[in-house]
Amino acid sequence: MSTLAITGGRVVDPANGLDGPADVFIADGRIVAVGPAPPDGFRPEQTLDASGRVVAPGLVDLAARLREPGQEHKATIASECAAAAAGGITTLCMPPDTHPVVDTAAVVELIHQRAEAAGAARVVTLGALTVGLEGTQLAEMAELKRAGCVGVSNALRPVHDTLVLRRALEYAASHDLTVFVHPEDPHLAQEGCVHEGVVATRLGLPGIPASAETVAVAQILMLLEQVPARVHFCRLSAARSVNLLARAQYDGMPVTADVAAHQLHLTEMDIGFFDNNCHLRPPLRTRRDLEGLRAGLVRGTVTAICSDHQPHDSDAKLAPFCETEPGISALETLLPLALRLTGGDEPLDLAAVIARLTCEPARVLGLAAGTLSPGAAADVCIFDPHAHWTVEPDRLVSRGRNTPFTGWELEGQVTHTLVGGRVVFQREDPP
Amino acid sequence: MSARDIQLDDQGRLRHFLTIEGLSREILTEILDYAENFTTVGHQPVKKVPLLRGRTIINLFFEVSTRTRTTFELAAKRLSADVLNINISASSTAKGESLLDMLRNLEAMHCDMFVVRHASPGAAHFIARHVAPHVSVINGGDGSHAHPTQAMLDMFTIRRHKGDFTRLSVAIVGDIMHSRVARSQIHALNILGVPDVRVVGPETLIPVEAPQLGVHVYHDLAEGLDGVDVVIMLRLQRERMSRALLPSEHEYFQCYGLTPEKLARARPDAIVMHPGPINRGVEMDSAVADGPQSVILEQVTNGIAVRMAIMAMTLGRAGGEA
Amino acid sequence: MADSTDVETLLDRMASDLQDHLRRAGIDDPLMVGIHTGGAWVAEALHRRLGLDTPLGTLSITFYRDDFTRIGLHPQVRPSNLPFDLDDRHVVLVDDVLYTGRTVRAALNELFDYGRPASVKLAVLVTRPGRELPICADVSATELALAPGEHVKLTGPDPLQLVIQPG
Repeated sequence: MSTLAITGGRVVDPANGLDGPADVFIADGRIVAVGPAPPDGFRPEQTLDASGRVVAPGLVDLAARLREPGQEHKATIASECAAAAAGGITTLCMPPDTHPVVDTAAVVELIHQRAEAAGAARVVTLGALTVGLEGTQLAEMAELKRAGCVGVSNALRPVHDTLVLRRALEYAASHDLTVFVHPEDPHLAQEGCVHEGVVATRLGLPGIPASAETVAVAQILMLLEQVPARVHFCRLSAARSVNLLARAQYDGMPVTADVAAHQLHLTEMDIGFFDNNCHLRPPLRTRRDLEGLRAGLVRGTVTAICSDHQPHDSDAKLAPFCETEPGISALETLLPLALRLTGGDEPLDLAAVIARLTCEPARVLGLAAGTLSPGAAADVCIFDPHAHWTVEPDRLVSRGRNTPFTGWELEGQVTHTLVGGRVVFQREDPP
Repeated sequence: MSARDIQLDDQGRLRHFLTIEGLSREILTEILDYAENFTTVGHQPVKKVPLLRGRTIINLFFEVSTRTRTTFELAAKRLSADVLNINISASSTAKGESLLDMLRNLEAMHCDMFVVRHASPGAAHFIARHVAPHVSVINGGDGSHAHPTQAMLDMFTIRRHKGDFTRLSVAIVGDIMHSRVARSQIHALNILGVPDVRVVGPETLIPVEAPQLGVHVYHDLAEGLDGVDVVIMLRLQRERMSRALLPSEHEYFQCYGLTPEKLARARPDAIVMHPGPINRGVEMDSAVADGPQSVILEQVTNGIAVRMAIMAMTLGRAGGEA
Repeated sequence: MADSTDVETLLDRMASDLQDHLRRAGIDDPLMVGIHTGGAWVAEALHRRLGLDTPLGTLSITFYRDDFTRIGLHPQVRPSNLPFDLDDRHVVLVDDVLYTGRTVRAALNELFDYGRPASVKLAVLVTRPGRELPICADVSATELALAPGEHVKLTGPDPLQLVIQPG
């Protein structure tokens, strides 16, 4: 029996309402107890001193593209799982838009095998909603669920035909699968690459109006009045979407939503004069939208913060703005960006932020992760909440160096990450 | 990452010319003043000065444009620079990687300046960020973003006719949304102190946050032209009809085409401008295009002197004790 | 340092020297061209004293300087103005100070881009040693031997004064 005690830290486990000094006791990869003293007969073989640190459940990230299979020139499951570990993330959920698409059990199995071999993080995947994400024929969702998919999604690809969308929602519901929707009306979004607003107007860039998102959200909400499906809205970017969602939740609809951490800190203004690292989808919007997203997070309309990690090779960002690939490398900045929502006048406390990074996203995925409950897998994130560090692309563990946060001084740095009681990351130079 | 950082050198002099946005009134005025001197070169028996002798300028055109390329070429040649025209079809540089490779190859030939025309907004900024330190980049038009040399030749033409910018009303008419010319003109007019800049067009062709650029929006042409000193007509691309932005050229001309009757709403001494080439009967009546108030051909002539000034200023920075 | 009366005296001497020189060369209807800025003032004064009928020309030479690559474009350029046809005419090129000769070289180049004069004479107010090109003045009102680093400058236009700036 292998045993470990994490001692002297501040344990924050929102799922159990815990926030205070405590030790965490682990045996055979599972949490045995959390408290001031070890349970009777517990003899730790190893002790990890966490004084001055926060001991939290390992983070659960609702959206990380690992680029494998299909785009190994950008990143691999192994490389990005290592980056996840460095970011305190122990469970990653992959969208199905790999090459090939996750629309067969074989692809799911391949991903699981690669992730197990890497061993640094748990990887779950969404299955395709439609075959090849083409929006025409339903994917074999039951088969995908058997293979381990935790939900279905058409990722960023549109389902043009409303009837197909309705049927897909119905079919997913019959197999008790949550449908993860990226709300974006393809016609309104057109070829846009930034928010349709001041910056698009200034720089002559084709815009994606906020209505591209709200129209898509409204469309799904209207369908849900007829179809008993469970929908999770991915990466909301517009304040109005949050309002629509709040109303629907008030009416009792089974809808949830997440937001990417960068949407809580950046606006279209950060694009400056064509900063390719701010080319995102959905695009960065206005200060008002940013505030609406934060308010949604505080009120609980939006329950999860994810990284929306999209590592790129350098060539993908070496082109005029619209011709670059959207997305940022975000695993390692997820926690400190979320922590910026605490302290000072911020309405969220540390436990509330940790909840939105752990048990809340786990709930969306239907996983028993994101908690330090006795019996749960010992997935743990230990971080120094006061460590300051400056984002330098070359020092990221991820293969993707594409971050708009270069030069930002962030507070909060992971020192240890445990998956199943095993230390998968330990910072070489603890601050 | 401001325009100032990349366009100006550490002594505040023009290094690249990518956008009007962020430049000072002093710099714009300096360009106009220099251009004034270069106009005489075109009248000399030998239409050439040796200022850029031995310099190599590459016209890097990813979009077809005979007119703009020709005026840049002529400007460079009148400064005695060696000019190389490279026309690249969009298909051969689908990837940014090959665009950078191409730049490296051209730089290896020891060129001093790229004049870039590209369909993608920000292309000139992108290239300027990746050229060797001694190379200057001039934006010859990047997508719907900017066409700063065109805007400066328009300012030059306006100044020659109207003198003081700070008392003018200027109306820009047409497809503002997709117009790099309009964007650059709006910045230039605001920086030079024009108190009343108007844009006129249907809502489908006006960018959402246009007032934030410092303009007043009009949907009615007669109202928009009321009492203005300068009327700038924009070119209407035929493809606008296919994306539900306009019903037809016919209706466009009915609403926004400039006729002598509509021009009568402007001040009697108002001048009429157009970046060319004109779609007669779509943007304006021939009676206006060829009429006494039209300065369209002057714009073309002025384009050479203004481009000479910008080329000489960006390449004439070495040293510093001047 | 010379005061304004000195400059007027120098101009008188220069005008009569130039007149003699032109007479000896058999030139009775010269075109006068001054180099911006000081040369143009001197040319204007000479033009008046000689009572020439043809309009006065000015040359900017900014675009012909050989130090463009070293010091860049001069911030205050003014256009050249040659309101006559140069071909087969006798030209008197006028400058304030002849020093290295590079300004005159640039002016000659520019002149020849306007046409092919029959001859060019050079008249200057001041010559100082330090020629770097095989150029000498046909008429020079005075010669100044300055210490290394010292510069002489004509200020004006009213009054015209010669100022010696220490190195």
